[in-house]
Amino acid sequence: MRAKYVMSEVFLGLWRNISMTVAMIITMAVSLTMLGAGLLLYNQVDVIEEYYQTNLEVVVYLDRDVTQEVTDQIEAELKSSEYVAQVVYESKEEAFKRFQETFEDTPDLVKAVNADVLPSAFRIKMNDIADADKLIGDFQDREGVYQVTNQREILQQVFDILGGAQRLTLIVALVQGIAALMLVANTIQVAAYSRRREVAIMKLVGAPNWFVQAPFVLEAVFAGIIGSIFAFATLIAAKFLVIDGQFENLFSLMPPITLQSILVLLPVLTGVSAVISAITAWITLRFNIKV
Amino acid sequence: MGRLTIPASPERLKSRRYPRTGVTYGCETAEYATLVLEPPDRPRETADRLRLVIQLEGVTKHYPRSNRPSVEDVNVFIDKGEFVFFIGPTGAGKSTMIKLLLREEIPDKGKISVGDIDVTKLRRWKVPAYRRSIGCVFQDFRLLPNRTAAENVAFALEVIGKPRSVARRVVPEVLELVGLGGKEHRYPHELSGGEQQRVAVARAFVNRPLLLLADEPTGNLDPDTSIEIMRLLDRISRTGTTILMVTHDSNIVNQMRRRVIEIENGQIVRDQARGVYG
Repeated sequence: MRAKYVMSEVFLGLWRNISMTVAMIITMAVSLTMLGAGLLLYNQVDVIEEYYQTNLEVVVYLDRDVTQEVTDQIEAELKSSEYVAQVVYESKEEAFKRFQETFEDTPDLVKAVNADVLPSAFRIKMNDIADADKLIGDFQDREGVYQVTNQREILQQVFDILGGAQRLTLIVALVQGIAALMLVANTIQVAAYSRRREVAIMKLVGAPNWFVQAPFVLEAVFAGIIGSIFAFATLIAAKFLVIDGQFENLFSLMPPITLQSILVLLPVLTGVSAVISAITAWITLRFNIKV
Repeated sequence: MGRLTIPASPERLKSRRYPRTGVTYGCETAEYATLVLEPPDRPRETADRLRLVIQLEGVTKHYPRSNRPSVEDVNVFIDKGEFVFFIGPTGAGKSTMIKLLLREEIPDKGKISVGDIDVTKLRRWKVPAYRRSIGCVFQDFRLLPNRTAAENVAFALEVIGKPRSVARRVVPEVLELVGLGGKEHRYPHELSGGEQQRVAVARAFVNRPLLLLADEPTGNLDPDTSIEIMRLLDRISRTGTTILMVTHDSNIVNQMRRRVIEIENGQIVRDQARGVYG
């Protein structure tokens, strides 16, 4: 009887102030969605960094009209360099084949390019990618070398964008989170005021404090859980509509954001929102119910 | 006149032992008064009878910035089983006394003891437990509006942690005792004023407390109903419960002729056994 009664009180309380309840849930949902997105991005950045750390290369592009002799000389110098772990030669034909494979989805682009346009290159795995600058300095101006690029620099921009996006989502999550908590505090205040008679009677009869506080705290926790479910649903929808749908090409540049990683978010978001709502409610009650 | 039955023969109420405190609140055979509520002829018993239930020593409480009445150096000693009227003009400090006894306020000076507990030194988190050992009845009944009569009474048991099985057994008994036999499932708004007050009395009494505080219980009731409630309280008092009742009702005080403590301007001006309203 007791648990059923308490739950019915909780629902009744939420229903009576339905507009405040809805406001609470919406702000929490937005905040938690942003939090979830931020966490996913955080995860992504980690994954990408790890993936590319091992695969980043320095590429020495050769002039288009380079001779075989010069090519061999460069190869020998590269192999003898202390920074270099591995040297792989890619001829123009191989480069062209790789180009076709990479852009097979856009045949127009492939048709516009023929085999001669792409230069041959040495793809170099470094011992330590941090030494890339030194290698670039050594070979940049050498005869026969067109350009030496450090793939890491190119990727750095992607990392910066991702990092910026991640910071943005977390800031939005924080601001919305504060708004959500203020709403929780407000709702609890209103609920405590509208139930002050019952609360007074309960205290008179000697009900322990947690008994008196429980329905209010549970209201907040319940709203928090519903908010987190909405956030979770939004993220799942985003997975299917945005990541795998509209912006698929954009996201294919990175290792995929898996469904598992989103599923893992559900208990995390629910736990975070329940605990923080409960604490906020409890603190608000301390100020509103005279003990 | 309500459903208060007045049986021909005395009835025996079972005594109960409560595990928490280990104290047995003994009850005696109750003799029902017929028309006039006479003080009972109690057989002189043991030291139990002389045990002090309420001790107020030098209690002072001021409200400098507010209109609320203050009390000044109040000394009161009340034994177990006594029925005490607390009378005085409005603003004299009667409600302040109730608040102090219920630990809603702390006195500026002095000491309050109820039973074995020093109320003035009670820690905040122990106050709910203390309040459970006192039953109270108020002028505005103070029932939970969205619970039935039975649930209201059961609430007092719930709050102590008694299981539902105990409530199922005890609550109908108590409601029968106060004369609300068939009305367990009515909500407060479906009961008359007198019936609501009976539910409040039942709730106050269900745990057989040491002390029952009544703050103008007949204030919102008509004279006939008031007499019924007083009979009820009298019966309860005969079971050994100490009753302290604040009242304006001179009729009742004069009829019952119990100990009267009169308070005026925050000070006790009269403390008389078998007194009248004056």
